[in-house]
Amino acid sequence: MIRHSIGLAFIWLGIAFDFLGVLGLLRLPDVYNRLQAGTKCITFGSAGLLFGVFILKGFTTFGFKVLLGIAFIFLTSPVAAHAIARASRRSGIPLCAESVIDLYPGGQDSKEDAAHAPTQDP
Amino acid sequence: MRIVRWLIGVVILGVLAYLNFFVLRAPLLVKFINVSLFSALFVLYRVVFGPSPADRVIAVDILGVLIIGLLALIGLFYDQGFFMDIALIWALLSFVASLALAKVLEGRKLDD
Repeated sequence: MIRHSIGLAFIWLGIAFDFLGVLGLLRLPDVYNRLQAGTKCITFGSAGLLFGVFILKGFTTFGFKVLLGIAFIFLTSPVAAHAIARASRRSGIPLCAESVIDLYPGGQDSKEDAAHAPTQDP
Repeated sequence: MRIVRWLIGVVILGVLAYLNFFVLRAPLLVKFINVSLFSALFVLYRVVFGPSPADRVIAVDILGVLIIGLLALIGLFYDQGFFMDIALIWALLSFVASLALAKVLEGRKLDD
């Protein structure tokens, strides 16, 4: 009974994180902000939901498959998110207008551009 | 005008949540599956109407992760283990597809 309650609580948490991450994906103004909101939906959303299912099912075949799914998600999703962010920055998609700082090489606040443009120094 | 649009969105989400959690007579797992399907619908909006190609790639990546959680819930509802096999295969294929799309987006060839 306690195990059932804890599993349902983890599934509630995962569903809430999934929904809020998707809402951030729909609402935020920029590619990078949307990516930052979407990776929350990976790490706590679906992984928490799978952990809740593992608690509900126990150490059965289904439970071990769910643990394997958590391992796959934790290994593969940050790599994919990093590759997408790097590719979108290199393909020249601009930051949104409310951005404060941009330290990527080629960005407006990077050290290399400041070395090549001495008029920026006070 | 902005606040009117914001209020319309809040009212739509509130009506969906009320109909899902208080009106619909179904087991609790069916309500969870409904919320997950609504999330997938919002992600599909970003896939279809995304302003830039990177938005669509991000949305496809997140849609794969949502479908993994959805398949786990469906497997829990029907008490069948083979849905999790589909979820594992979907996770690996989604990872490879995201890396390939990122490489194409960066402007390189696939064998680079």
